[in-house]
Amino acid sequence: MIDWFLDTFGSVGQRVLQSVRRLGYAARFFLLTLAKSGTSFARFGLVVKEIYAAGVLSLVIILVSGLFVGMVLGFQGYNTLARYGSESALGVLVALSLVRELGPVVSALLFAGRAGSAMTAEIGLMKATEQLVAMDMMAVDPVARVVAPRLWGGILSMPLLSAMFSAVGVFGGYLVGVVLIGVDEGSFWSQMQAAVDFREDIVNGVIKSVVFGVAVTAIAVFEGYDAPPTAEGVSRATTRTVVTSSLVILGLDFIMTAFMFRG
Amino acid sequence: MQRTTLDVWVGLFVVGGLAALLVLALKVGNLSALGMSHTYTVYADFGNIGGLKVRAPVKSAGVVVGRVSDIAFDNKTFEARVALNLDARYHFPVDSSADILTSGLLGEQYVGLEPGASNRVLAAGSTIRLTQSAVILENLIGQFLFNKAQGGSGASGGAGQ
Repeated sequence: MIDWFLDTFGSVGQRVLQSVRRLGYAARFFLLTLAKSGTSFARFGLVVKEIYAAGVLSLVIILVSGLFVGMVLGFQGYNTLARYGSESALGVLVALSLVRELGPVVSALLFAGRAGSAMTAEIGLMKATEQLVAMDMMAVDPVARVVAPRLWGGILSMPLLSAMFSAVGVFGGYLVGVVLIGVDEGSFWSQMQAAVDFREDIVNGVIKSVVFGVAVTAIAVFEGYDAPPTAEGVSRATTRTVVTSSLVILGLDFIMTAFMFRG
Repeated sequence: MQRTTLDVWVGLFVVGGLAALLVLALKVGNLSALGMSHTYTVYADFGNIGGLKVRAPVKSAGVVVGRVSDIAFDNKTFEARVALNLDARYHFPVDSSADILTSGLLGEQYVGLEPGASNRVLAAGSTIRLTQSAVILENLIGQFLFNKAQGGSGASGGAGQ
């Protein structure tokens, strides 16, 4: 009885403590990376290379997804709005959903899958093949040389990607709504411009995407750096990056939406 | 060589991203129509503002000339005090009237400014005297039913009003 008691509650407590410890470790690792970011800006070429890997190479998937999400919004929005005879509000629906929610969130989810997983796998493999240790031996700080540029590359890429996603999405909505279905072009744009506020909607969308960029890349580099240096460990860390950052994106999005668009 | 193509791609990416932001700000949003630096504020008291919201447009002759910047309840007059931010390019006579109107049957509510005939113009901080409250659909229906009922009993044999 006593053994069972100790076993059950002991394992629960151990799990909780382990995850809290890991969270604390992740937070300290994030702060350490920020503190060692000086090199990234002194040698900005390192960051440029990571922007290429994280941003430019994600462009295709982001642009294609944005176009299709916008086109689907055009169809679905038209179907629903036509029921109330307010098809002219299609532009408002497409633009607001994209700029406020879908742009930042969907592009961050894609970014986590496309760039976050690659970052984790790369850093994890560097650790497994002892490249990080070798760097340390050569008095090159792996956090400053490998981790920090990836973090900044991701943070700088994410808002740009999400802005492009939203812009292409609005264009997709325009293609379906105006070109294909034939909603009046003037009211499509003018109602959109009347309803979308720069400060309230666009800036808040950019803030969201910056926060997602920080969250996704911080999780990705931490999982990679913390991965057990085996093939299985790296594969698990990659999976964890995608799962954790997706959940974190959705959770953070709910919290930020609750604060930004309450009234 | 590898180095330069990479730089070009990243440059294109960054410029493309900033261009997308600019498109969002100018084409999708209303940044271009925002002359927020040159506005003046006038006030108007309404008995009932209905569903008027902060940031609703202020229109005169159908043209947007400003925005509602604040809505407050005055505990002395028991009326709603609405602050209107008007574009400094436009001036209105002091006897202009402010009405709360609805665009379309179910559209958003806005403030309509009907210019008066006075030679003096509204100064910043002044209050518009002539106002007309929002039309509340429920009151209208109630009034209609009331009139109908009255008309039905009073004019049983003759013509209604």
